[in-house]
Amino acid sequence: MPDPLLELRNVSKVYGDPETGVVALHDFSLTIDRDKPEIVTVAGESGSGKSTLANLVLGFVRPTSGTIRFDGRDIVAASPGDHRDYYRDVQAVFQDPFSSYNPFYRVGHVFDTVIRNFGLAGDRAKARDMVEDGLNAVGLKSVDVLRKYPHQLSGGQRQRIMMARAYLVKPRLIVADEPVSMVDVSLRSSILDVMTRLRDEDGISFIYVTHDLSTAYQVGDRIVMFYQGTLVEEGWATEVLSGPKHPYVRLLIESVPRPDPGARWEGEIQLPEEAMQQKARLTGCRFVPRCPYAMKACSDELPPMHAVGTSGHRVSCVLYGPGHDAAGRS
Amino acid sequence: MARNRDFEEQDAAVRRSGRAPVLSVRNLRVFYETPRGDIRAVDGIDLDLRPGETLGLVGESGCGKSTAVMGILSLVAPPGRVVTGEVWLDGEDLLALPEPELRRRRWTKLSLIPQGAMNSLNPTMRVGAQIADVIVTHEGRTGRRNLADRIAELFQMVGLSTKVRDMYPHQLSGGMKQRVCIAMAVALNARVVIADEATSALDVVVQRVVAQTMARVRDRLGVSMIMIGHDMGLMAQMADRIAVMYSGHVVEVARVDQLFRHPGHPYSKILIDSVPTLSGRKPLKITAGITHDPRDPPEGCIFRLRCPLAVDACSQARPSRRELRPGQDVACIRAGEMTEVADA
Repeated sequence: MPDPLLELRNVSKVYGDPETGVVALHDFSLTIDRDKPEIVTVAGESGSGKSTLANLVLGFVRPTSGTIRFDGRDIVAASPGDHRDYYRDVQAVFQDPFSSYNPFYRVGHVFDTVIRNFGLAGDRAKARDMVEDGLNAVGLKSVDVLRKYPHQLSGGQRQRIMMARAYLVKPRLIVADEPVSMVDVSLRSSILDVMTRLRDEDGISFIYVTHDLSTAYQVGDRIVMFYQGTLVEEGWATEVLSGPKHPYVRLLIESVPRPDPGARWEGEIQLPEEAMQQKARLTGCRFVPRCPYAMKACSDELPPMHAVGTSGHRVSCVLYGPGHDAAGRS
Repeated sequence: MARNRDFEEQDAAVRRSGRAPVLSVRNLRVFYETPRGDIRAVDGIDLDLRPGETLGLVGESGCGKSTAVMGILSLVAPPGRVVTGEVWLDGEDLLALPEPELRRRRWTKLSLIPQGAMNSLNPTMRVGAQIADVIVTHEGRTGRRNLADRIAELFQMVGLSTKVRDMYPHQLSGGMKQRVCIAMAVALNARVVIADEATSALDVVVQRVVAQTMARVRDRLGVSMIMIGHDMGLMAQMADRIAVMYSGHVVEVARVDQLFRHPGHPYSKILIDSVPTLSGRKPLKITAGITHDPRDPPEGCIFRLRCPLAVDACSQARPSRRELRPGQDVACIRAGEMTEVADA
């Protein structure tokens, strides 16, 4: 059996002291197959560990424990030389399409740099064709953008150019950390469209980090949802988001404002005081202080992932474990 | 919150009562000077804000909604300038007042919860002291006891515990800071509060809590609110009426239920159709954004270059806003032909 494209096994990241520090990511495993390109959404609120996961995969931070393999190679133990190869296969697109550019250079510089660094093209003509090809893949034309300065482009154009830059390297995985959150709603679709086309036509997989659940619903294949560093629910995005199980995920989805004035939020919700949230223990379910269903067992140990149905939908909540049936759940 | 208001009944009641709007904007124009001509960011808008209502002001980036608010508050800074316009509040035109008078009106009659409000707090002062500062600056010295009581009351109203008063901004989460800003906006009993993308940087659960806080404060104090944003979902949850802006113009004003059920302007329909939902995948709708140069808007209808319904007549004259249905005014010559959107 061939090695998976990406394999995270029991990865944890603790900032500060291993005993008392902040657990940014707890014991997380994920596999992306090499011949089934997909968009894996990583979702959760700020502080949930979703950006930590992106930074781990990109090699920007080292895990405290666990292994990360790409194409069978251990990327944590890799040498700097290996890293260059790694970045040919794994590219990144970041949240802020404004600060990803040097404002003094024309947009074309972005492409010149990446072509030079990776030695992508033998000569100028070839480089030009490559850039045109990359821009076409994201729905742009080189005559419209290459001679411009970053400030002359819209946020949506800038972010699409970042996608084109990543695409030029012909990676097998793109880690996109909140790529649409600073782009206007009307332009978001153009970026999501690029992602789905790169997946379908070029076989590129994505780790799509976002707090915007509706975009995950529209384009995501699998989704993993985090709460304070722990995985709380995973499965197919459409299934998880239309039938959430974990009490936290249910609260989250209820709170997405629905574009229907006839179906407004019901009931006020309260947030616990800040101090209470920070005190969440390292053992047990992190959602206990806010959970309406919390019981003693929840604080004893972190609930394992229980399967819901047969399609890979799993949830870390005792309500779905053995001995609990569907009663009392919606 | 969750007031599933009867929009129609309420609208009719306002009309019957004949109560004047609390705030009226007439022919407001705000331009930005550039070497290649003026950018017409706000190009002649009219708006009325009714007592106790929340008016949503929506449109994509660059449509002029934030500039409109800066114009209403007389906070336009060079290279921007107010070219024409009147902003009527309590029987006076704010734009005709000298700056010191104007400064007295801000916070006491008209206040702002700015975009990224959480970064507008002073990092070196405890948040309670910052609110006290606003009160003392405008009302002069007042008894320490009295001041403390008022601040306690404000904090309670926005759902923050009293110990938050003695904390610094960096000790608070985004949602808590945003609620401090809401408390500050109503500390001097302003009757009109303008919230500019007040919740857009927050996680959804926190956003919901902050939105609920705004609604509670609005209802308790009877303030009227202009809410600016691009999140149509949030608008559907919060607004009573919605004004849709496109490239410096208000192209439609309608009750929120009307706008979502049967938008009158083709642009409103595009805005509503582009809202992503969690029920049913639909093909991604790709829109171009504002396509013309804002220094040189097209003749005739401002939207005609992007409009799927444009006809020759659209380039003849700029349509003015006309009543399509009671409560719904639309600036489009083909508004009557828009088909109804099936109830979702």
